[in-house]
Amino acid sequence: MPANELREVSTEYMLFKAKREEQFITGSEAVKEAARRANIDIAIAYPITPQSESMHLVGDLYAEGYVREYFRGENEFAVMSEIAGAAMAGVRTFTATCGPGTLRAFENFPMWSGARLPIVMSFMTRVINAPLSIQPDTIEMSFLLDTGMMMMHAEAAQDLYDMLLMSFDIAEQTSVHIPMGVFVDGFFVTHTRQKVNIVTEDVKLKPYNPGMSPVAHIDMETPPFRLMRDPFVMKSNYISYAAHASWQQEVMASAQRAKRYIKKYLGGFIEHENPDAPIQIVASGTAVSQSREAIKMLKAEGVDAGLIKIKVIRPFPGNEVKAALSGAEKIIIPEFNRVGWLCREVASVIPNNNRIVPGPRVYGGMTMPPEVIVQVVKEGALVGV
Amino acid sequence: MNYKVLKGPEGYLPPAASMHGVCLPEKDEAIIEGECVLRDVCIKHIAKILLEAKNPTFFPGPLVIWRTTDYALERGRLIREIAKETEANIIPMPDYRPKYPMINPAVEINPNHPNLTIWHNKIDVGIFIGVHCHQANLALKIIRGGTDCYTVALCAEEGHEEANASLRDADNNTLKTLLNVIREMKRGDV
Repeated sequence: MPANELREVSTEYMLFKAKREEQFITGSEAVKEAARRANIDIAIAYPITPQSESMHLVGDLYAEGYVREYFRGENEFAVMSEIAGAAMAGVRTFTATCGPGTLRAFENFPMWSGARLPIVMSFMTRVINAPLSIQPDTIEMSFLLDTGMMMMHAEAAQDLYDMLLMSFDIAEQTSVHIPMGVFVDGFFVTHTRQKVNIVTEDVKLKPYNPGMSPVAHIDMETPPFRLMRDPFVMKSNYISYAAHASWQQEVMASAQRAKRYIKKYLGGFIEHENPDAPIQIVASGTAVSQSREAIKMLKAEGVDAGLIKIKVIRPFPGNEVKAALSGAEKIIIPEFNRVGWLCREVASVIPNNNRIVPGPRVYGGMTMPPEVIVQVVKEGALVGV
Repeated sequence: MNYKVLKGPEGYLPPAASMHGVCLPEKDEAIIEGECVLRDVCIKHIAKILLEAKNPTFFPGPLVIWRTTDYALERGRLIREIAKETEANIIPMPDYRPKYPMINPAVEINPNHPNLTIWHNKIDVGIFIGVHCHQANLALKIIRGGTDCYTVALCAEEGHEEANASLRDADNNTLKTLLNVIREMKRGDV
């Protein structure tokens, strides 16, 4: 069916009621399929491995009429600036990048949050130079934790597909209206074929309504729009500083307000398997999949271990994590980065955080064999810490 | 939820209410001092606050004063009727540009330094309507931090946890309801 004849439906219908069929596709193709139904006004691309294919495929959607505008930017900083301009003008936007591209664009991310732009983008996480590598590594997520963006972390292509579709409605709520980053581990998901349940009904999400924005969008005909929307901090006085401080607080508050919408679509911020076990593994992204295998191996050896999958990193589900770990005697946190940012997050919200055995941590593109997780659980081995 | 969104002055940079467990109201609810209540309860509360105030003041924002649709014009008329019924002043927020040090606090209010207008006019109850939600929250928090003004937000969207009292989905029918409740209270019928 031509794109302009698709029926507009609510996000709730799209996620929970629309007809789906199982397809065997890559994570990049899952991004394309989510974008097909998302009623995107403009997508802007710049290639960087392992993200390139995703936005290339979104470009195919432009050719097919599913995305209204599409072009390749000059570099990642330009792309994120152009996306900001489009969002300020009141249209639905989408882009993606990863690793060094994320860092090149970085100034834009807190600016997006501060400007209250409901941009949805995907990060296909990758190693940061030097030395140069294109391989999977989630370290860029640690840099993005305090930009004011919301952050979801997909375990697999199905998560990626559903999280992208729900993100538009969450980000575009009047009380939220800040950017959402949907993160997925590069290559492990983007370049791997998996079974994904894809919406096949001829439907698309309802369009974005800029009239419900909590800030004025670009409208040269109607006051109060001004090119400079943020408060100037050009005076050395309490008033200008207080205005900026209050503005920053409002951005943080917006992420808290998103919780009700995230819960509505995601069901919960965490998933808990075998919650009564004395040993609990806490993970996000593909580290969850590896941990599932580790739990099976441990069970075969008579070791009782549970698993907490954290789906949302910002706003961080501190209360949920604290409650889920209340009975744990030992906590293992496997991660695909050297800094252990998830370990820090968990340690900051639970009492007696000496229960945490850090790691295993692998990085630089290394894989995480389940045997390594088992080794840390059983022996407290130091792996990459 | 322990945090109460009370009348100020709360002090130096008070927290954002939602960071301390205050949630926006659901449909058919409203919020008073951080607690979700039924919408009708809040309408009566706002009516009472307005009638008991010494110097209540409406702050209509750009979404009312620069719009020329029939809906916006009716909204403006309803604001004037409520203001007349409660002997309230009207001081507009025409735009969001900071205007220090030259703002004339007698004639306008600004979200970046709303305290100047509150102090200058000795406003004890301030009612925000037609202000974009982001700028409304900036102003509400600064007012709560530095003044003793009781704040009310009549929000057409999801409401404001930074206000002392806030309605959500406050369309023109809601304003008519508020007007009727005020009139009933004045007659002693409520």
